[in-house]
Order: sequence, then structure tokens, then C-alpha cells
Amino acid sequence: MSAVIEARGLRMRAGRATLLDGVGLTVAAGEMVAIIGPNGAGKSTLLRLLSGDLRPNAGEVRLKQRDISSYAPRELAARRAMLSQHINVTFPFTVEEIVLMGAGERRAREVGSLVYAALDEVGLTHFRERQLPTLSGGEQQRAHFARVLVQLACGEAEHGPGLLLLDEPTSSLDLRHQIDLVEAAGRRAAGGTAVIAILHDLNLAIRFADRLVVLAGGKLAADGSRADVVTREIIRDIFEIDAVVHRGEDGVPYVLPQSMRAAVAPR
Amino acid sequence: MSVAIGTEAHGLGRRASARRRAASFAIPLLITVLAVAAVVALGFGAAGIPLSRLPAAFGLSGEGTAMTARDQLVLWSIRVPRIAATAMVGGLLAAAGAIMQGLFRNPLADPALVGVSSGGALAAASAIVLTDSRFGEMLRFLQTELLPLAAFAGSLATTALLYGISSRSGRTSIAVFLLAGVAITAIANAGIGLLVFVADDRQLRDITFWMLGSMSGVTWTKAAVLAPILVIGLIACAFIARGLDLLVLGEADAFHGGVDVERLKRISIVMVSAMTGVAVSISGVIGFVGIVVPHLLRLVIGPAHRLLLPASVLSGAILMVGADTLARTIVAPAEMPIGILTAAVGAPVFLVILLRQRGLASL
Repeated sequence: MSAVIEARGLRMRAGRATLLDGVGLTVAAGEMVAIIGPNGAGKSTLLRLLSGDLRPNAGEVRLKQRDISSYAPRELAARRAMLSQHINVTFPFTVEEIVLMGAGERRAREVGSLVYAALDEVGLTHFRERQLPTLSGGEQQRAHFARVLVQLACGEAEHGPGLLLLDEPTSSLDLRHQIDLVEAAGRRAAGGTAVIAILHDLNLAIRFADRLVVLAGGKLAADGSRADVVTREIIRDIFEIDAVVHRGEDGVPYVLPQSMRAAVAPR
Repeated sequence: MSVAIGTEAHGLGRRASARRRAASFAIPLLITVLAVAAVVALGFGAAGIPLSRLPAAFGLSGEGTAMTARDQLVLWSIRVPRIAATAMVGGLLAAAGAIMQGLFRNPLADPALVGVSSGGALAAASAIVLTDSRFGEMLRFLQTELLPLAAFAGSLATTALLYGISSRSGRTSIAVFLLAGVAITAIANAGIGLLVFVADDRQLRDITFWMLGSMSGVTWTKAAVLAPILVIGLIACAFIARGLDLLVLGEADAFHGGVDVERLKRISIVMVSAMTGVAVSISGVIGFVGIVVPHLLRLVIGPAHRLLLPASVLSGAILMVGADTLARTIVAPAEMPIGILTAAVGAPVFLVILLRQRGLASL
């Protein structure tokens, strides 16, 4: 598969602090990558650099074999979609209006089916005429995810498989909707989209990503399959906790932090 | 297909449908109301012209009476330019408010409230005093052209300053923004105070006019300055509407959605400044039109700017024509400054928005 996005030698500073130092990452079409790491590791900064929102102090980002800074905002939006972590909408837009924003200049009747499919996928069809600020945090996050899915679909219809970036997309979601969301992202990857998601839930990341990228202190600490990355040693080094790595019946590993294991051990 | 869960969701859904219906006929309805308001306004004033005499005064019916000549004079040299200018000032102020609120993602933003009008008025007052001084004597013949330009420059500088102070790395702090607006208003008012102190009697009268806001003394020449800005503004509104919608998500997410955020901000700031500046140069500082109109419209037709901006122009025009008619009649034959009336209506609405926001924040 060809690379959708390639980042080389990314370096980002803010004042005296180095947020990222020499990070490189290449993600191919159809690949689903989870970025994990402790707070302040530079995960969100990396995602913003990959989205073209920030410019690195050094290094380069190429989207579909072209320097990302050479795209106009509209061209970029047709090739990559991004879901940010915190979005606070002050005006009383309805859920449907928010989701429709993903369609750019296209008229509602051209993309109506896309909008309804996205609303259905995130389980908000019945809330489509509700004003967004009246919904719970998790529901708002799902509405924004639907908007991003519409943007991705519109872009991919014209330019082929694109890039989907998700910054802690599950942070406000309950368990069921966390799984719904990563599965929806997985379906996009199966259709050829390159998906990169920051996930804090290690087990969710392990289960749904083809590849795990570990950041720590602004550097790439590990990059590989779950078998390579999910080891007791790496988890101890990166998160400074002791954890046990088990394997489920299907062979997929899962992580049990030591203290949590102690809590369930007497059973 | 809609599957309503619970009565609350259903009720809100119905409200959204009502909003869509209201949106579909908002523009024709507002145009009709504005036309009616303008016709009614034509009849009121120091020299009353009953509706029955209007057709003759406009030459629409053949039978002229002894009053027709007087009516024609009053209408064409005083009332029509005044109503046209009042409507345009209202439209410009309301649209400037709506754009500013979109730009700052804050329904409380208003050019008059946060010092943009005061900045324009300070520059205009400076121009009055400067062109009257011996130093600026050669510029006096340019006063009609100079005042709108000075007011625009003052408004532009204030808006840019405000944005610079309250925006940091793409996020606008609402508290910093409002407080900076208060500080800028205070600075501008101090400047105007200084000008009042050094002004002679004639200049003082002119400056007081800016402070209170009034549509009296509007001529065709002054009204003509407003028209091109309004037309350019309306055309520009169509181009920035979608960007302002997406900006509600924040600058980063508007960019992710394909908006050239920096360009949108530049265009919006220039538009707000030009619209406010030129309105201020004709009418003086008139507050709250920019808050009340877009706020009420958002409740009825929703916040999408493609409709909100033109609807704000029309509703602002209606509000101002109504307020000016009232200002001309309630203390006739004297005239009340229109700024007093708009503040009397607008300030309570501002408080209601504030209380509603507090209610939402505590949820």
C-alpha cells in the first residue's frame, strides 16, 4: 500500500520546551494506527503537525506525496479530516447543521444521504434536530465525529482514500460508544483510509489498531505491531506502572495494571 | 427517519422544524415589514404628512393640493434621505454585530459595547477638531469625506487591537475580550473627553452629536456614503457566511474543515470596522442594535450565517427606522437622540442574554 502520510524528523519547540524531537511516521492507506503515551508526550502536537494545522520547526510532513504546507485549506480538507479533543459550540446549531458542516460548500440535498448515514452510524438520528449545546459531552463528541465522517466521505469521493486523524475521540464516551467509534474508524481503514488515533485506553488501542506508536518525552519510543509494543517492559518504561500482559482467547493481548490485578486477584 | 425519544427530544425537534419554516420565509417577510415601517415613518415628524397625502407628494396621483409642494419638499429633502440613511445605518450596525459575534464566537460581542464604535467616534471627533484647527484648515473642505474615513480607521484600529489582546493561539477568551472592550471604550471616551475639553462651542455641539447618536441633519450626500458600504458588505457576507459557521467550532477546527481562517478573520475585521465606522460617521454611537437583532434572529431562524447576515441587515433597518420614528415623535417638536432609545431597549436584552448564558454554564 502506498503511503498516505509521511512525516520525517519532526521537531517542535514552544519557548524553551521541546514538544517533539525528531519524530518520523509513515502511514499507508488502509492502516489503522494508534498513538499512545503518557500526558505531555507530544501526541496532540504530532497530530496537529500531521493535520497541517501546525508547522514544524524542523522536518517535513508529506500528504499524498506532496508537502502538506503546499495545500490550500480547502484542498487539505478534501484529503484529511480531523476530530479534535475539545470543541465548544456557543451558538444554537442543530446536530444536523453541525454534521452538514462537514460537507463544505455542497448543498444539503446533495449530501443528505451521507449526513443521515453518519448520524445513524453514531446513533444520533433521533437527536438530529436538537441544538448541539443542549446535548451531553459524549453526544456532542459523537455529533462532531459524524461531521468528520461526512467530510472524509466527501473528500474521498473526489480524491480517493484520505487521512482520518482522531485526537482522543473516546474521551467522553461510554464503553459502548467507545467501541462503536473505533469500529467505525476501523471500517474506514478497511475501505482504504489511513487512520491515526490518539487513544488513552491501552486495551482499546491494542484491540482495534494494526499498529501502535508510542511517544514519550517528545520522542518515538516504539512503533510496531501489538506483539512488539505491548510488553511489560515497555509499559513500565513509558507509563511508569507495573502491569501484567495477558492474552485473550483470540490471542490478542490485554493489559492489566498491577494494582487493578491486585483488586481482582482474590476471586 | 425521526425517532423521538421522550417528550423533551420531541419538543425540541418541533422547535427546530418551526425554525426551518421561519427561515424559509424570513427574508420576504422582513422586506415587507421594512417597507411598511418606511411608509409609516414617512408620515411622522415635525411636519406631519398623513398617509392620504403621500401618493400626491410622490407624484403618484394627479390631484395636487396646496400642501403638495410643501409635502414634497419635506419628503425629498428631509425625510426620504433620513429614512434611507437610518435603515442603512441599522442594517450596517446589525450586520456588523452579527459578523463580530461570529468572529468572536460570542453572542455578546457588539461593536458599540466593546469600543469599536467609540474608537470610530474618537477618530471622527479628532477629525472634527483637527479640520477646524488652523493646522487642518486646508482639509476642511474634505470634512464630509474625511469623517467616514477617520471613523473607519478608528474602528479598524480598535477591532484589530481587541482581537490581538483577546486571542491567544487561536482561542479567544470571552472574559478578556469583554474586559478589553471595556478598557478600550474607557480609553476612547477619555480621548473624546479631552477633545470636549479643548473644543470650542461649535465643535462641542458636533462632538456631543457623536456621543448620543442621532439621525437628524442627514442629507442625501451623507446617505450616499452608506450605500456602497452596505452593498459591498452584503456581497462580502455571502462569501464569509460558511466560514463564520465553521468558525463556531474554533479556529483549528474551522481550518480542518477547509476554511482559510486567517483570511476570514482579516475580511471580517475589515468589514466590521468599515460597517461600524461609516455608520458611526453618519449617526454617532448607537449601541445594542448589533446585539439585539442577531440574538433575536438566532432564536427564530437559527444561527446559520447565510441567512442570519442578510436577515440582520433587514431587521436592523426595521429596528432603527422604528426607533427613529419614535425619537422624532415622542418629544415633538423636539427630537430625542436615538442612541438613548436603542440603549433603553438593548441593555435589558443584553442582560437577558447574559443570564441565559449563566444558566447554560451552570448546567
